[in-house]
Amino acid sequence: MNTSRTLATAARVLRQLRHDPRSIALMLLVPCVMLLLLRYVYDGRPQIFDSIGASLLGIFPLITMFLVTSIATLRERTSGTLERLLAMPLGKADLILGYALAFGTLAIIQSLLATGLALWALGLDVIGSPWLLLLVALLDALLGTALGLFVSAFAASEFQAVQFMPAVIFPQLLLCGLFTARDTMQPVLEKLSNVLPMSYAVDGMGEVLKHTDVTANFIRDALIVALCALLVLALGAATLRRRTA
Amino acid sequence: MMNYKSGAAPRPGPTTPGPAIKATDLTVVRGPRTVLKGLHFEVPQGQITGLLGPSGCGKSTLMRAVVGTQAKVTGTLDVLGEPAGSAPLRSRIGYVTQAPSVYLDLTVRQNLEYFAAILIPGRGYAGLRRDYVGKAIADVDLESHHDALAGTLSGGQLSRVSLAVALLGTPELLVLDEPTVGLDPVLRRDLWNLFHEIAGRGTTILVSSHVMDEAERCHRLLLMREGEILADDTPDALRHRMDTETVEAAFLRLVDEATAAENSTPQASGNSAPQTSGNSSTKESSR
Repeated sequence: MNTSRTLATAARVLRQLRHDPRSIALMLLVPCVMLLLLRYVYDGRPQIFDSIGASLLGIFPLITMFLVTSIATLRERTSGTLERLLAMPLGKADLILGYALAFGTLAIIQSLLATGLALWALGLDVIGSPWLLLLVALLDALLGTALGLFVSAFAASEFQAVQFMPAVIFPQLLLCGLFTARDTMQPVLEKLSNVLPMSYAVDGMGEVLKHTDVTANFIRDALIVALCALLVLALGAATLRRRTA
Repeated sequence: MMNYKSGAAPRPGPTTPGPAIKATDLTVVRGPRTVLKGLHFEVPQGQITGLLGPSGCGKSTLMRAVVGTQAKVTGTLDVLGEPAGSAPLRSRIGYVTQAPSVYLDLTVRQNLEYFAAILIPGRGYAGLRRDYVGKAIADVDLESHHDALAGTLSGGQLSRVSLAVALLGTPELLVLDEPTVGLDPVLRRDLWNLFHEIAGRGTTILVSSHVMDEAERCHRLLLMREGEILADDTPDALRHRMDTETVEAAFLRLVDEATAAENSTPQASGNSAPQTSGNSSTKESSR
């Protein structure tokens, strides 16, 4: 691992994005528009907006970063730039951390905008610190980046990569407790939801929603999401091969 | 001819006097196919060695084995005195894949700056990197387009950006997979002049092509067919031995002889293809 190469990679990914202002605008604005929509969908029942809105603040960065990373790394694989980079003195960790750093930066901006809008313009009622919301959002973004990187190894085309989104994200979305409390699900599904990382992202957001200070549960949830992200990042690194058939 | 000392002066690495590439019984399997079938060859230092043969004969696979990106390589393959694919070689080899492998959503200069930062990282080398980038852009004659987005360039310009990346930092060995495909005659001539200039500085060049007139501009040739080497010689010697006007005619004659040898009885195999006779005789004689 080499810090200069990692930073150069992150700067390169951000430079690529800068040539694509439309993608940046979509990434940053779509979550805000969704929150706005949600706020007025539940116009008559603000307590539902509170719980779903807080969960969504954690889910948006995960989905966005999953999509962006899976497509971006797939493009590296298919365009031959990955082969070229791995034939050069670049460590796999440099590449992965470079991506994580670049998209993490973007996720911070996205979360700042979405959280700011939800708390101060849409009246989302959160008892805990907004910084904790931001922390979970960032960990979720990292998890999304890791999942996207991992999944891109199994997609042969951008078409397939996009199809992985419903396959990997939707089951977690259904089981994470966004629609109904996890302990009211059919027991098998509840067990399943216990091993899916998004459940802990949503639980963590719930803790911030209900408690003024950092609870033990919050720390556990945040740690689980972070460890999952690291684990999947390591798996993603294993899919980067210097020698290919 | 072998003035490689001047080019690679500041390197402490093993600038061995032996061949740049030495292959012994080099075999590569891809899926059900054996793409390279027990090749033996050497590539001398400081020269341009052309790798020629029809599409699908294994040229790209051989090059990928040399740069260390090909899986399932058996036999011995030494590059610049070290096993192919070993980590210290990664900064000593410049590699251009067949399809231009650069970022289409970066400018020419941004592409080169990034790859230069991978090759020579660190804040202290920023000046050196700037020099390398400027020189690489000048070498491929893209100064007028250095601020253009790679995605807006023509096919020929794009493959020159890809070549410029490989030229960064004066590598000791350049592996170029069909670098002149789709280029107009003027550009092709200019690029071949550039290759000779680079080889003159002491860099070894392994370049593949299926355009036979480019063969005449190589110092040595490796002619391939179906994963085997039909001939390993200088263009002059090849024309002389096959008694033909051009390398193309010599190659076609070699191919015809090899095909005839495959289709007839094993002992009828031609005297001109010593590498192939052993393998082809073990194949089914009719198909």
